[in-house]
Amino acid sequence: MNAKARRTIVRRGILGVLAWLAFWEVGSQLGEWIGVAVPFLDKVPPPHAVVGDLAELIGEAGYWNSWALSLQRVLWGFAFAIAIGVPLALLIVTIRTFRGLFFPIFETLRPIPPLAWVPLAIIFWPTQELSITFVTFLGAFFPIVLNIVDGAAQIDRRLVLISRTLGLGRVGTFARVLLPSTLPAMVTGAAVGMGITWEVVVAAELISGGGNTSGDGGLGFLVWNSYQGGDLPRIVVGMISLGVAGYLSSTMVRALGARLMPWRRAA
Amino acid sequence: MSAVVAQAPPGVNAGAISIREVGKSYGEGKGRVVALERCSFEIAPGEFRVIVGPSGCGKTTLLGAIAGFHPITEGEIRLDGELLCGPGVPQARPGGDRVVVFQHSTLFPWMTVLDNVTYGPVVQGRMTRDEARERARDQLAAAGLVGYEDLYPGELSSGVARRVEIVRALVNEPRVLLLDEPFRGMDSITKSVMQQGLLELYDRSRVTVFFITHDIEEAVFLGSRVSVMSTRPGRVQATIDVDIPRPREVGVLTSPCFRELVGQVSELVRDEARRAFEAGERELA
Repeated sequence: MNAKARRTIVRRGILGVLAWLAFWEVGSQLGEWIGVAVPFLDKVPPPHAVVGDLAELIGEAGYWNSWALSLQRVLWGFAFAIAIGVPLALLIVTIRTFRGLFFPIFETLRPIPPLAWVPLAIIFWPTQELSITFVTFLGAFFPIVLNIVDGAAQIDRRLVLISRTLGLGRVGTFARVLLPSTLPAMVTGAAVGMGITWEVVVAAELISGGGNTSGDGGLGFLVWNSYQGGDLPRIVVGMISLGVAGYLSSTMVRALGARLMPWRRAA
Repeated sequence: MSAVVAQAPPGVNAGAISIREVGKSYGEGKGRVVALERCSFEIAPGEFRVIVGPSGCGKTTLLGAIAGFHPITEGEIRLDGELLCGPGVPQARPGGDRVVVFQHSTLFPWMTVLDNVTYGPVVQGRMTRDEARERARDQLAAAGLVGYEDLYPGELSSGVARRVEIVRALVNEPRVLLLDEPFRGMDSITKSVMQQGLLELYDRSRVTVFFITHDIEEAVFLGSRVSVMSTRPGRVQATIDVDIPRPREVGVLTSPCFRELVGQVSELVRDEARRAFEAGERELA
């Protein structure tokens, strides 16, 4: 992508965000201004109120501590999900018996919402941090495994045949053909999984008792705690923080993936 | 341009294929489909054999059996006298002595052209990476493919990709080159360039070629012999010698001898196609 195309993308992104903010500001205030309320939006604090809270929060060490805490939990959960999910998915893909034995269990556990795991997570692990990390791990684990399993089903069988013809054994074919073939699915799974870790961090941080200030204890906890305190703008700040964090980290996963797959850039 | 493809020593390991009474059926009972039945023929070392026949006559099945992609159910296939598959060994072991080029590219998308071409000899331990690279550069140059070495397959046109694939096959010094409609779907200009290129590579290497096509002019232009296969049971119905001297140039295409042979093969194929069509109609009725 050249510099010009990149600038266009950035410009459109900024324009989109600004347009949305304007819509939101007008929508949430329209009821007050002319007496005709916009459904849903009229219950949300307008951006200028949120910005006020955001400015306040940015000044608090606790808010940044929340970022750090949540990021740490998400990254550990994600790292374990990759470390366990990728080998497991490859086993499912390559060993039919293993797939038969394991896949039904996997598919049963997959739809269980991470929130439902919270009580068990607390019982399972000795520390609060481990319990929280476990729940974020669950969020990333399932999409990573599922993407690789689906991705492997799309592999061009002829590439495997050609590799065997060109003299590679089963192990070599696995390493030189199957792994690179499933790499795109791995990257997609990782990007989706990374997003979901941020989604579940709210549920995960229910476990957290919070910090000293209302901002401390993780971004997910911030949302929950603000809800209990009835601070609507602060909830919105927490939500936006989670969204931005998820977007940034998924983008980083994709960028890393693109580096691992130079041939995709070429195509 | 030097002859970079090693000449196989005549006589031994020269790529003689012997197909005897080969049968292949899928499924059981009512759903059983017989793809090949008592199919027999011989291909001489260094021969360019073209197989034509209506769709579904088992051409590709036969190619896959030689390559070792799937088992046969009857008969035997030998390469230079060695049993590839037959009684007790239903499926041949895939190997670099029988390399396949398909209609659609099977270049590894994640490897550059050079890595694709050197892949075989390197993983087989026949050459070091550097040796293989040097050789691959020579071969690519001989095939008119200079400047493509560091590109990925996704960046190549289909014609270039196919030529790279044929070079990748030849670098393995196969005894038999198995080509399954490699030029199908190409526009006529590209196709003609590809055919000429393949003939040049063949004239240099004199590797045995097993070439499947639907295109009768292509069959006669390329082949030393053309076999017409029949449908259900799939077997060789007739084999026609193409006595046109090599090297062949495009001028051949308009010679009376060429037209005569094309007419002959067309007639045989037409008969087979009609029979296949009628058989299909009977089945539907």
